[in-house]
Amino acid sequence: MSTAREIAAQVRAGERSAREIVDEHLLAIELREPEIHACNLILVEEARAQADAVDEARARGEELGPLAGVPVALKDNLCTHHVPTTCSSRILSGWRPPYDATVVTKLRAAGAVFVAKTNLDEFAMGSSTENSAFGVTRNPWDTSRVPGGSSGGSAAAVAAGYAPLALGSDTGGSIRQPAALCGVVGVKPTYGRVSRYGLVAFASSLDQIGPFALDVEDAALLLESMWGHDPCDSTSIDTTPEPIRPGLYDGVQGLRVGIIDELAGPEGFQPDVLAALDRATAVLEAGGATVERVGVPSAAYGLSAYYLIAPAEASSNLARYDGVRYGLRVEADGVAEMNAATRDAGFGAEVKRRIMLGTYALSAGYYDAYYGQAQRVRTLIIRDFERAYQRFDVLLSPTSPTTAFPIGAKAADPLAMYLSDVCTIPTNLAGAPAMSIPAGLDGDGLPIGIQVLAPVLGEAVMFRAAAALEQGLEFTARPQTLEAR
Amino acid sequence: MTATESRVEYEPVIGLEVHVELATATKLFCSCANEFGAEPNTNVCPVCLGLPGSLPVLNERAVEFALRVGEAFHFTVPASSIFHRKNYFYPDMPKNFQTSQFDQPICADGTLLVDGTPIGIERAHLEEDTGKSMHMGGSGRIHGADHSLVDYNRAGVPLMEIVSRPEIRSAEQARAYVSELRAVLEAIGVSDVKMEEGSMRVDANVSIRPVGREQFGTRAEIKNMNSLRSLGRAVAYEIERQRELLESGERVVQETRHWDENDGRTHSMRSKEEAFDYRFFPEPDLVPVAPTDALRAKVHAGMPELPAARRARLVEEWGINDHDAAVLVGDAGLAEYAEAAVVAGAPGKDVVNWVTGEVLGFLNETGLAVGALPLAPDGLAELVGLVAGGTISRSQAKDVLRECLQEPKRPKAVVAERGLAQVSDAGALGATIDEILAANAATVDEYRAGDDKVKKKKRGFLMGEAMKALRGQGNPQLLNQLLDEKLDA
Repeated sequence: MSTAREIAAQVRAGERSAREIVDEHLLAIELREPEIHACNLILVEEARAQADAVDEARARGEELGPLAGVPVALKDNLCTHHVPTTCSSRILSGWRPPYDATVVTKLRAAGAVFVAKTNLDEFAMGSSTENSAFGVTRNPWDTSRVPGGSSGGSAAAVAAGYAPLALGSDTGGSIRQPAALCGVVGVKPTYGRVSRYGLVAFASSLDQIGPFALDVEDAALLLESMWGHDPCDSTSIDTTPEPIRPGLYDGVQGLRVGIIDELAGPEGFQPDVLAALDRATAVLEAGGATVERVGVPSAAYGLSAYYLIAPAEASSNLARYDGVRYGLRVEADGVAEMNAATRDAGFGAEVKRRIMLGTYALSAGYYDAYYGQAQRVRTLIIRDFERAYQRFDVLLSPTSPTTAFPIGAKAADPLAMYLSDVCTIPTNLAGAPAMSIPAGLDGDGLPIGIQVLAPVLGEAVMFRAAAALEQGLEFTARPQTLEAR
Repeated sequence: MTATESRVEYEPVIGLEVHVELATATKLFCSCANEFGAEPNTNVCPVCLGLPGSLPVLNERAVEFALRVGEAFHFTVPASSIFHRKNYFYPDMPKNFQTSQFDQPICADGTLLVDGTPIGIERAHLEEDTGKSMHMGGSGRIHGADHSLVDYNRAGVPLMEIVSRPEIRSAEQARAYVSELRAVLEAIGVSDVKMEEGSMRVDANVSIRPVGREQFGTRAEIKNMNSLRSLGRAVAYEIERQRELLESGERVVQETRHWDENDGRTHSMRSKEEAFDYRFFPEPDLVPVAPTDALRAKVHAGMPELPAARRARLVEEWGINDHDAAVLVGDAGLAEYAEAAVVAGAPGKDVVNWVTGEVLGFLNETGLAVGALPLAPDGLAELVGLVAGGTISRSQAKDVLRECLQEPKRPKAVVAERGLAQVSDAGALGATIDEILAANAATVDEYRAGDDKVKKKKRGFLMGEAMKALRGQGNPQLLNQLLDEKLDA
């Protein structure tokens, strides 16, 4: 499979047309999609038109963007002008946004070709993509297993060769965990680094859009193509980002790396995952970094705080789906009855569970004990991370305690499912960046992800550590289901 | 209590919540036009429709307006305030939450002097307005309607909610408070403050308690008052209703009551006991509002004269009374008009007489705004000059003014057109008097021989004859003076 850099270089040099490239990827999707089901919508016509436009621009001698002709898959909670955006929910059926998300606008301008809107857990609530109204996505490494979630469709799309790049959104690990389970690179940038305008909100203070890629450098290329201040997002950071790629391969000599004690098991962690963490440690030490254990005590409470804050915000964010203006409407006598019937039919079980959790957490008399307390934990987590970053440049942990689990294994046990994000959630609460890179396979041949964490706005050093790990770990395996073809 | 004990005296306790639409060019969180009366659902975008994925961005102009309000009512404007979400379902609210301010408003702890009494204002905060529902079929209200239509043009229009402390003690004071509040808001240019069009909406919390007791009684919240007059009537009615309840041994229920202009009563809408839990929490899509020192300084420097100061100045400079000053300043446009006429050279006192009399009467009669008058302020000054110079009499001036208010004509032109100019030439007037005296020699003799009563009667007759000969255009003062001189010579 070609990287985005290779494709863009070939298109720019005129070695291959964007049209030829997009057709090749659309063919891959057509072949593998019946088995994987990563897509809610395959954008055949739109993608070809975009690719033709790139080829025509080149023919006219125009300057091509950094992603010229590169196929990109979009998580289906990113608004695309006139193209259905479902959040994998029945409640948005029939809705076509009248506008593009800011990231979509930026990637269009960079020459990207959008090939698909990818499946997700409904409204990004879940860790397996099983909570989709349109059916589960299967892991390309083993189709009896989940791809992770909520951005399971985007992770699977990159792993299965639908596109070298994809966008996801990460509220509590929804990019990093599926990236780990599908053996690709996934990045959650600093909160506010990438505009959220046009990302259908789950939990506004935690949501962040980020890239999926086949390797670290491609992820950097995609992130650099879409980040920066956006006047349409009040929480967008108003400073120019430090570029990642110039120092990407500068190595880790002298880098101070901390392994987060509370997120390194052994209890609840698969031994193969902890072994991968040891291999990562060895690679970094061999590169000249110092690696030590570090305590981030409040990280242990991250999961509890997250499951109050995220549902609370979601209960408010999802109130607008009421059948009045767009999407599903189930008729009933009276407005309140119509609202209730619509929401009952339109939302799946997990979404309803979280709306109820969040509504309860914000209720009069409970606010301080639940939402208020969770915000105080959040403040503690931020402080603990800041303290850790006084001694360390980056932190390290497994991305998820286990590799991909069988479809249905945790579907009936929400708490077991929530634990799948125990390593990724604290970063979202801290508003800091983190990324997952593939670090090997477990005994069942399933990919393991290692997470690199950095302080707020520390993308450059995070990517540098990730690039060193990528080179040292030499992860080259591809899903066997694909190699057989 | 015994039957001989005197009746309990009750004291009303009133707090007012006033919502004003800010007259910004665009909405609070998006760039849609903020205008009244556009075609339904034309001033809308993904943000004010609350479409999935959209995000709010705070209108800086609205913050500037809030700072002006802060200055005008002596509020404390904290270094930083935040927005909250107020969650409840209603079809004309696109997100099913209202972005508002809760425990950290932009303006806290202000005050307004109402007829010499300071009334505390607890807070003033920014929030977005909702859309408007129109219920089709049935009675036009939501119950019994076939279906409803929603216009989202108003959704996201910036509002300030200004909440008084419960320090108002009568219906008259409630009116006076809103009247002064409105004058100040108009003077600082933040709102149209039209109660009839809904750009200013007033809700009243009314309770009563025995005089001398500190604890408040149970309150009712009164809504749907769309003029100052209906506010006064509604509050007076509600005070009386509660007094009757308490005197007959019943209790006041805490509830929202709807004022009905037609039957002059308040009616129960819903009781607070079944009220919503709004589940307020900080709005995560917005950052704290932290006005810069530069913005604060700019607003401070740009503050116009407030109505109280203006009234005091006009009383002082023009020698007018408090009542006239209040009438004039009660309408910023009227005061501007009068001041411009004074600048054009007319004495303040004369201008005020015309403006609070004929001009205001004409405006009330026609419903016109001052700005729409065909007569410019310097035209009024011209009229004042014609009277003062003796060219026309005051009663002639009334007719001239009337014509100038109806058509775009200058007073001098009307006077010329109607041939109204007074004869003030002593020679010409003297000659006329001589003719009249000669023609009525007998009367002159009776005058000279008569007592005061006869003198007065005969003199009046001769004056009338002279004026008749002058076709009413003789300068009455000068004519009187000359007649006396000649009769008593």
